Amino acid sequence: MSNKILAFIESKDGKFKNSALEVITEAHKIADDSNSELIVFTIGSDLDSEIQSLSNYGAKKLLVADLSEINTKNSVTDFKYSPPAFAKAISEIAKTQGANIILMSATSLGKDLAGRIAVRTDSSIFNDCIDIKIFDGNIVATRPVYAGKSLIDIKAASDRIVLTLRPNVFKPHKTENGNIEMEKVDVNSLSLNPEDFSSVVKEIVVSNEKLDVAEADRIVSGGRGLRGPENFHLIEDLASSIGGATGASRAVVDAGWRPHSEQVGQTGKTVTPSLYIACGISGAIQHLAGMSSSKCIVAINKDKDAPIFQIANYGIVGDVFEIIPALTQEFKKVLSN
Amino acid sequence: MKIIVCVSLVPDSTTKVKISDTKKSIDENGVSYIINPYDEFAVEEALKLKEKNGGEVLAISFGTDKARDAIKKAFQMGADKGVLIKSSSGDFDSYTVARNLAEYIKNQNPDIILMGKQSIDFDGLLVPSMLSELLNIPSISVVVKLDIADGKVIAEREVEGGKEIIESSLPIIIGTQKGINEPRYPNLKSIMASKSKPIEEIQASYTGNKVEITEMKLPAAKSGGKIFTNGKDDVSELVRLLREEAKVI
Ligand SMILES: Cc1cc2nc3c(=O)[nH]c(=O)nc-3n(C[C@H](O)[C@H](O)[C@H](O)COP(=O)(O)OP(=O)(O)OC[C@H]3O[C@@H](n4cnc5c(N)ncnc54)[C@H](O)[C@@H]3O)c2cc1C
Ligand SMILES: Nc1ncnc2c1ncn2[C@@H]1O[C@H](COP(=O)(O)O)[C@@H](O)[C@H]1O
Repeated sequence: MSNKILAFIESKDGKFKNSALEVITEAHKIADDSNSELIVFTIGSDLDSEIQSLSNYGAKKLLVADLSEINTKNSVTDFKYSPPAFAKAISEIAKTQGANIILMSATSLGKDLAGRIAVRTDSSIFNDCIDIKIFDGNIVATRPVYAGKSLIDIKAASDRIVLTLRPNVFKPHKTENGNIEMEKVDVNSLSLNPEDFSSVVKEIVVSNEKLDVAEADRIVSGGRGLRGPENFHLIEDLASSIGGATGASRAVVDAGWRPHSEQVGQTGKTVTPSLYIACGISGAIQHLAGMSSSKCIVAINKDKDAPIFQIANYGIVGDVFEIIPALTQEFKKVLSN
Repeated sequence: MKIIVCVSLVPDSTTKVKISDTKKSIDENGVSYIINPYDEFAVEEALKLKEKNGGEVLAISFGTDKARDAIKKAFQMGADKGVLIKSSSGDFDSYTVARNLAEYIKNQNPDIILMGKQSIDFDGLLVPSMLSELLNIPSISVVVKLDIADGKVIAEREVEGGKEIIESSLPIIIGTQKGINEPRYPNLKSIMASKSKPIEEIQASYTGNKVEITEMKLPAAKSGGKIFTNGKDDVSELVRLLREEAKVI
């Protein structure tokens, strides 16, 4: 059976998120491998100037639904996001387009929507995938379980599947410069009613202007080895020298040195940057749970037996107060050339 | 207020994972089980709501007999009643869990259903939103702050780079995230009281997973990293390797 693939991509403030390109790249690959048609769908407004860029990644057809057009009609005003309405919109598009495979990113939004869409479309769900392959026309996905301590290969019991891709794992890949056809979705055809706006996001509070660890491609994290909150400027300086975000171990979050939003690990965020630099972090299994699938891990720790060295690609045994400033200098030096 | 809290039993987070002979699950020998840590936040929030608004807290778990231990932990913290939806098999996916919870809860008319945002075994992050669709009750997950007054719900949900402030109405499903509260430690009195609380057992009504595990495997071991021991003197070599070998800078 040939598939029809719907890639749902996210935008923010009139721009597509980086995850959008990851999703299109992978959806395009699955479409190619299984000889299927690909349709890209997004919800948002003011995206016109951005649309052409998607064609470089293999998107030929983009459907756009501007839900703000419906707000006034339903007298639901001023919402940023409504889970039931978004889930219904995506499910309706999948149905009308006859799509049996829905691909999206495992961002906060994607994780919130995927289960809803799977129930609505009676699909199997493969969440947080890190690898997708096709065997005999069937999709087999790999995803981490037990906090990354093991992996499972999964297949679906039906021919309808919703997949979410772990962010930063599938790299965007330019294919050809094609043309993209854009079609506006008539929002009234989505049969949304006031009930679908029973829970709405009224406001988004940006914690600070800093890059979030969960979205960053380079992360510098600090642990108890930094000795106190007053020393975290070292971590911030190192992070900014490589344009990265700052992260933290739970020990320093619990101690109140750093905000919880920076915590990496089992009870914090799961991150998969290209580069993760752990400074003064021992490498407890719960910390590793959040970062062990980073592409390149660098550890700086004065204890040569610290467990973090076992999963590090590179490491320096030494004092953070000596190494971090030197490393910051060296990064600045080579990156300014 | 009628409060339901859903709890699951998971391997302790320090468990060293070994793959079983079937290559489809972990080897359970020597594994110790705990209540899912996120569910402790859910139980705590349930108890706080009861203290404020009155009512009762019903703890539900879907699973094999073992899942009783999760309900017992909820009892020790202070939950009033418990239901085990008993599955004959330990092999079930998120949909099967959500479906069985929904079948039971639909006749209960709760004001609020509290859950953890994720269970730390399969890291699904799915059951709250799936249950939402099945029961047609809104759900908000990864919640770090919850306010309920006059039937109106205001929740703060953690997202990349900030928080979403979400407004909804009762009934509601909430998935709790660390930061929402500090789960209480059971005291001697509540532990003693928990012993006489019965767990009602009902049979699972739905079987039929939608996802099949074909293989469980361990992640490829990192081939030994390059660890330097000359401190500051190795910094420039490290940066060279990051650029030329790892190509990440
Ligand atoms: C249910 C549960 C969930 C958890 N979730 C998380 C989680 O999400 N994230 C998380 O991080 N942890 C989590 N933990 C906690 C985890 O077990 C560890 O306690 C924590 O990660 C330790 O933080 P740390 O590495 O900063 O501190 P420590 O373990 O104290 O390590 C400090 C390290 O710094 C080194 N050091 C000290 N001084 C220097 C110096 N001058 N120069 C260089 N190195 C130095 C030391 O050698 C040591 O290795 C969880 C625990 C439990 C039980
Ligand atoms: N077997 C189960 N029985 C009861 N509740 C569960 C079960 N599995 C998951 N849950 C609830 O759903 C939440 C999210 O789990 P999951 O979607 O599996 O990550 C958990 O924190 C529990 O509150």
